[in-house]
Amino acid sequence: MSLRIELVSPEKIVFEGDAELIIARTSDGEIGFQPDHVPFVGNLVSSVVRIALSDGSVQRIAVHSGFVEVSDNHVALLCDVAELAEDIDVERAKTSLANAKNSLATETSSSEAEAAIHRAEVRLEAVAGL
Amino acid sequence: MPGGQERTLRRRINSVQSTKQITRAMELIAATRVVKAMNRANAARPYSSKMTGVIEDLAAGGVGIEDPLLRSSEDVSCIGFVVITSDRGLAGAYNSSVIRSAEKEIMATQTEGKAYKLVLVGKKAIDYFRFRNYDIEESFTGMTDTPSYEDARIVAAKVRELFVSEEVDQVILAYQEFISMGTQRVAVRKFLPLESMQTVASEGGGDADSRALFEFEPSPEGVLSALLPRYVESRLYSALLDASASEHANRQRAMKSATDNAEELITKLSRALNRARQDAITTEIMEIVGGAEALGDGSDKESDQHDQNETEITV
Repeated sequence: MSLRIELVSPEKIVFEGDAELIIARTSDGEIGFQPDHVPFVGNLVSSVVRIALSDGSVQRIAVHSGFVEVSDNHVALLCDVAELAEDIDVERAKTSLANAKNSLATETSSSEAEAAIHRAEVRLEAVAGL
Repeated sequence: MPGGQERTLRRRINSVQSTKQITRAMELIAATRVVKAMNRANAARPYSSKMTGVIEDLAAGGVGIEDPLLRSSEDVSCIGFVVITSDRGLAGAYNSSVIRSAEKEIMATQTEGKAYKLVLVGKKAIDYFRFRNYDIEESFTGMTDTPSYEDARIVAAKVRELFVSEEVDQVILAYQEFISMGTQRVAVRKFLPLESMQTVASEGGGDADSRALFEFEPSPEGVLSALLPRYVESRLYSALLDASASEHANRQRAMKSATDNAEELITKLSRALNRARQDAITTEIMEIVGGAEALGDGSDKESDQHDQNETEITV
């Protein structure tokens, strides 16, 4: 018994596979799904989704807001943006983190810059686990 | 002057030839673009079908329909129009057919005494409506060739803002739907308000009632209010992708017929050229023969003249 995972962004299917466990973060906190979980729908927040695949490896994916739907051992993650940990450009993430911090330093309150910082941090966190 | 005619024909053939090369190149480019656009549309499908799935779940969870995007007012006083065309021309009737349908709708709206607001995507629509002094609320360019989700988000944000602030009570979307390589059709559809959750769910083909009850986090309403804006974006995105695939398919067809026409024209012109050249040769021979005969009248040695004639002709 395993979970069928489908992680899609508006532009493409980012990841598909069978897993034993998937951990995501919704607006209420982290949540893990194992086979035979009750049907569930939740709002995803920017975070690193960790998937323990059936073959024993772990897939890390940086996602930025979206939804998770679980039913009949089928997990669908709909993300606005999703990047596999191995596809993330570390240098770019670091630069955008630095840029966002700079713009936050000049402007006192900028939700955009804060969101940019958070996104960059999530990316780096996803890479750090590799 | 026979020689002059030949020269003009040759020049025309050359110019048609180079036009043909251009249209052929555009045809080939458009052909690859259609395939790309189709692939993108296919890649975008899982997301939107999953989204419909979540809506079914919500309908099964019995969510109260209390969202500004679901607001349907009985009394429509202002209609928003979103018209999607291309930035570039040479795509056959692609732009004009979309624009014509949209304009017809707008005129109908006006005769009913309602106001309209125009949100235009693509340079061709902007040029058309600006020239005819329509009020343009907002216009976007540079996104119809290869639309990204970010583009859809920008347009959707504007449309949502108009609708939620109650500036418009209804939004109609006009674009060209991509059915297959050979068939594209102008679609003028109601875009907002969204149909009620139940309608969307039943359109999605799921039987909401038989499904197990869902857990929601944070709450069904919380999920719904996060979902609906994205649903709008995703629908607009698929419209943009359809429009882009249609644009390239139309351009490919238009350029193919232009290339065919050029080929036909070249055949015709080269026939005319051959005839003109033959005419020139014939006239020349006639002149030579005539000249030789005039000389031959005063001479005894006719055979010598014959030889001379033959050598002249073979030149």
